[in-house]
Amino acid sequence: MIFMTVGTQLTFDRMVQTVDGWCESRKTNAVFGQISDPGPKGYRPAYFEWRDFIAPDEFNRRYEEADLIIAHAGMGSIISALTMAKPIVIMPRKAVLGEHRNDHQLATAEKFADRSGVYVAWNETELPGLLDRLIENPPSANGEAASAFADPQLIGTVRDFIFSDRKAG
Amino acid sequence: MKKRPRILAISSAGGHWVQLRRMRPAWDGCDVAYVTTKDGYRVDVMQDAAERDQPTPRFYHIVDANRWEKARLVRQLLGILRILLKERPDVIISTGAAAGFFALKFGRFLGARTIWVDSIANAEELSLSGRKAGSSADLWLTQWPHLAESGSGDRHPEYRGSVI
Repeated sequence: MIFMTVGTQLTFDRMVQTVDGWCESRKTNAVFGQISDPGPKGYRPAYFEWRDFIAPDEFNRRYEEADLIIAHAGMGSIISALTMAKPIVIMPRKAVLGEHRNDHQLATAEKFADRSGVYVAWNETELPGLLDRLIENPPSANGEAASAFADPQLIGTVRDFIFSDRKAG
Repeated sequence: MKKRPRILAISSAGGHWVQLRRMRPAWDGCDVAYVTTKDGYRVDVMQDAAERDQPTPRFYHIVDANRWEKARLVRQLLGILRILLKERPDVIISTGAAAGFFALKFGRFLGARTIWVDSIANAEELSLSGRKAGSSADLWLTQWPHLAESGSGDRHPEYRGSVI
């Protein structure tokens, strides 16, 4: 089972349409997608089952059940994959195409590209081939699941601040 | 014994929320209120508090808005002000975006101490709200070491680890 998500805010037709085309040409019904509200003009996939939005508990269940995640390069999607030890393909949104406010997802993809279990499709032309490779050679479990919590140093810093009287300047 | 600190943890839904929640052991045992733009998170917040043997937090849902939706931004701001006046938090913490910026800015007027943890998604530069929040944050953190020298003027965000 493959779970595809574009995150909770914006549609991402370039990715959704590519995955739909991939499902059609590979004759697979393995994908379920959360694609945000396509509106009257947005792309509606024909070759995989999809919803606009799903509730947080269903989102977690879909993640748990998936063998592979396909997502925009958003931190919610990436963190969920790392904590559940799921291989994830990420494709960054581009501001020039109106897919996000700026190009921070390109920077995110660059920074997380070398994490175990994270695979980057830099654009829609790379995506189908990357999916083919991952289906042909399924990645073994994505190493150890990341902790459910932030770095102990960060948690400690915040906790110390809460229980201090510290104020800036 | 001193009263338990009152914490207001606020962010928009999605990645900001996931990051905010990953820091929750930092306010274990405190009197906590969560504020976010998606009501669907309420169930998880309550379940997690019960499972982790924490005091039951309060949960507030505010309208979602981005910086181009002026009318919604105003509604969001009014919602936040109402919650701040009701909660009177000792400490406000946010990972972003606009909602967190509002909460820090106005919460500080009401005497709260404030924490901004800029989203790890901002690997190249601080987020816009993160740069603006700097002057309202008593503790101003980035999750990338190379951004610890950024910021404007003589104040810089600090790096103290990340959420993942």
